[in-house]
Amino acid sequence: MPQSADKVLDHAPLFQQPEYKEMLAQKKINFECGHPDEMVKEIGDWTKSWEYREKNLAREALTVNPAKACQPLGAVFASQGYEATMPFVHGSQGCVAYYRSHLSRHFKEPSSCVSSSMTEDAAVFGGLINMVDGLANTKALYDPKMIAVSTTCMAEVIGDDLNSFIQQAKQKGSVAEDFDVPHAHTPAFVGSHVDGYDNMQKGILSHFWDKAERVEGEGLNIIPGFDGFAVGNNREIKRMLDEMGVDFTFLSDVSDVYDTPSDGEFRMYSGGTKLEEAKAALNAKATISLQEWCTPKTMEYIAGKGQETAALHYPMGIQATDEFLMKVSALTGKAIPGSLKLERGRLVDALADSQAHLHGKTYAIYGDPDFVYAMARFVMEMGGEPVHCLATNGGKKWAKQMEELLASSPFGKQGQVWAGKDLWHMRSLLDTEPVDMLIGNSYGKYLERDTGTPLIRLMFPIFDRHHYHRFPTMGYQGALNVLVKLLDTVFDKLDDDTIIPGETDYSYDLTR
Amino acid sequence: MAKDHASGPDDYESLIEEVLEAYPEKARKKRAKHLQVSQTTDEAPDATTGIASKCDTTKSNIKSIPGVMTIRGCAYAGSKGVVWGPVKDMVHISHGPVGCGQYSWSQRRNYYIGKTGIDSFVTMQFTTDFQEKDIVFGGDKKLAKTIDEINELFPLSNGVTIQSECPIGLIGDDIEAVAKQKKKESGKTMVPVRCEGFRGVSQSLGHHIANDAVRDWVFEQEESEAVKAYEPGPYDVNVIGDYNIGGDAWASRILLEEMGLNVVGNWSGDATLAEIERAPKAKLNLIHCYRSMNYICRYMEEKYGIGWMEYNFFGPTQIAASLRAIAKNFDETIQENAEKVIAKYQPLVDEVIAKFRPRLEGKSVMLYVGGLRPRHVVTAYDDLGMVIAGTGYEFGHNDDYKRTGHYVKDGTLIYDDVTGYELEKFIEKIRPDLVGSGIKEKYPVQKMGIPFRQMHSWDYSGPYHGYDGFAIFARDMDLAINNPVWGMYDAPWETPAIAAE
Repeated sequence: MPQSADKVLDHAPLFQQPEYKEMLAQKKINFECGHPDEMVKEIGDWTKSWEYREKNLAREALTVNPAKACQPLGAVFASQGYEATMPFVHGSQGCVAYYRSHLSRHFKEPSSCVSSSMTEDAAVFGGLINMVDGLANTKALYDPKMIAVSTTCMAEVIGDDLNSFIQQAKQKGSVAEDFDVPHAHTPAFVGSHVDGYDNMQKGILSHFWDKAERVEGEGLNIIPGFDGFAVGNNREIKRMLDEMGVDFTFLSDVSDVYDTPSDGEFRMYSGGTKLEEAKAALNAKATISLQEWCTPKTMEYIAGKGQETAALHYPMGIQATDEFLMKVSALTGKAIPGSLKLERGRLVDALADSQAHLHGKTYAIYGDPDFVYAMARFVMEMGGEPVHCLATNGGKKWAKQMEELLASSPFGKQGQVWAGKDLWHMRSLLDTEPVDMLIGNSYGKYLERDTGTPLIRLMFPIFDRHHYHRFPTMGYQGALNVLVKLLDTVFDKLDDDTIIPGETDYSYDLTR
Repeated sequence: MAKDHASGPDDYESLIEEVLEAYPEKARKKRAKHLQVSQTTDEAPDATTGIASKCDTTKSNIKSIPGVMTIRGCAYAGSKGVVWGPVKDMVHISHGPVGCGQYSWSQRRNYYIGKTGIDSFVTMQFTTDFQEKDIVFGGDKKLAKTIDEINELFPLSNGVTIQSECPIGLIGDDIEAVAKQKKKESGKTMVPVRCEGFRGVSQSLGHHIANDAVRDWVFEQEESEAVKAYEPGPYDVNVIGDYNIGGDAWASRILLEEMGLNVVGNWSGDATLAEIERAPKAKLNLIHCYRSMNYICRYMEEKYGIGWMEYNFFGPTQIAASLRAIAKNFDETIQENAEKVIAKYQPLVDEVIAKFRPRLEGKSVMLYVGGLRPRHVVTAYDDLGMVIAGTGYEFGHNDDYKRTGHYVKDGTLIYDDVTGYELEKFIEKIRPDLVGSGIKEKYPVQKMGIPFRQMHSWDYSGPYHGYDGFAIFARDMDLAINNPVWGMYDAPWETPAIAAE
């Protein structure tokens, strides 16, 4: 008997015990009617070939293992970044269960969101009653200061009109006339979570700004974009802005929402952009988006209000952080202080110390468009060579930006850009044109298993490692964290490759 | 931090009243029907548990109220996520926009043995990734092409299921026609499933629709080679409704095989299509998750004359009772074997209980799970001396609440389709020593200083079924409750001085 109370075996070792191995072998032989082992091997080898790659890349209809989610996830995330705001997704209820689970699994934190729970009758008659009752119930139970409404694809397909529904709900007294209920249509069959983020941000800002008169001030707005590292990154960006003495407002800040303390109290709401600040943000001098591809409509809207705007690509790495600080400085007139220059110098020092281990290393990078851009750029700053740059939710314009970036450095020479491709494409790419390291999210672990490429998790979602999101990846401090992750991967691999006593351990060096 | 609850049933009734006060009137009336305290009953106590109470006065399986933060999912989750998803040698297409497949990708921990992407496909996300043009012009052509591409790139897949997401039923696509055509062309099994998320009120209808799809698109098709080649034996059984979460079905199968039974099919954890197809040749269906798969058992009984029985492999009391009950359907050899199996594992049971029961005795538990575990795991807690303060189902039906009366004593708080608000208030007031529920509930509860275990995914642990699983279950409950972190919630400079013991 394999199990014991003394030393309880978990699933991994338990099913490696001879009793179980024999049982599973017999199951396979007697009951599964599977394909012969040789055939499985043959097909397995074929999937690693150039021939398979060509067929795989020629896919027109099927998507396998995509690296993107749907619009409402981004809308919920954007909404949660405002003070005491309850995201309310109009449509089928299962979707909301999925968004909440997805966000909780990444942040290891509560994720609050409600649904209007539309079912078959609402599919026929529309979801007005669901909106009317839903808003009233949400307000009564969860006492939010704002309810931010987005939509599932069901509500979009049947064509529910959010603006009209919300007005009618207010007339029926679900919530007071002056209660803030911004909305955004977020069809899951258009774009991805980054577009949902954009639509919701625009929805919230236009709710506050459309009827207001702008009086230009000195402030600066920051829109962080959809970011799995928001807890660490938002705080790091704020710290840098404080160092500079900038008067700023974060528009949607989940850093406290997704990082509440354990002290006996569950805080459904915590921190976030104050609604008054969101209103006043109209008067800012300028708005910087940290992620261009998360904010095209929002930034267009803001520019239309008369603000100066700038959209960056995830300020991670040296040049991207330099640009961020210089942009802030240019827009606010505040100088970049010596303290930040010192941080920069320390980062460069760290890069110089470690450059020999990263120079010439090759990478495959996938994730959201802005992240891939920033990561490829940072990799090149370290003397690394991005080989495959993939964004399932990246389009032609993104691809062009990427190509320009890669062309700007000798280290980008062998870089290929894969817009709209998925992680099953990536598998073929890694099999046929292997790289030293893969940078992505937790889903990349299957690529690590299948292709032997070490995975570095720097992109949402990260389910199988804990607390990464608490540490920044943006700014000079963030770059340092990223650097250490890359180096650890290199050194762990070196040690793994040299650990056999008497065979490879002559290179099992104490000092590296 | 967690304190033992000292509340009796009267308190629970006033607690329900208090919690309901927050609702607008229309919602309050509706929610009141889902919350109750289990009552005494004249019915005879259950033979195994010695318990009889009345839990089925709760309303269940009806629509959730908008805006209340129901914890429920949808029909797609019930079909793709639960019933079909674990079938390992078929490709399951999340048909529609990208999200549903993405959020459910690899999240149920349905363990399987196979070469993923070559002959097995469970932990992959296949989707038609609907775009606006597919909504406007229909998605049937894209679906057909998707299946062609699957057959080309994944030649060892033994079939395809089409898991409909919300838009499919709304735009009038004819996925059945596509399935028939593709079956004709490829010769492979094609299963269209109408599990659009807006159908029904929870995951539950998705289970039912998925069961019906097994009937219509597997059973009622031409007999496959796998079926023709199979010679049934007298000890053939199917395990139905074990999804092999963390290896549950393996820790169960080993016991059934040790008894001398042949597990022809395990539905649907680690299953192949052949295991589904051959099921009608077995002598008996053993059903674990009654809620999600009773439909097909009833059908097999009616159509093929196969009996079915419920069993419970959580905790040694129920395992032993179940092994004996299963054996009763067979000859004396099997019955003797059952006793041998029980005797073989008794030392392990004794050791586990000796080690963990003293650490868990008297601890109170609140559960909120899906359609089976809110009652099924109760006796496993009993075996460890733990007490159930409250329990409820996301998507149970009346027959589940009826069965619950055999597991929980009168005076237990019962909540159906509980809302985030209610659950938080109940937990806050009762302050149990442990809460067992899902990922969405885990972190709010832990913030409150109350130990928590996910009881859908086994919190990434498991198996919890069988004797080997019971050891893990006991260890996990111990590590959840007796971790030192719960004592660190209060900053010492703010805590009144505690007298030295």
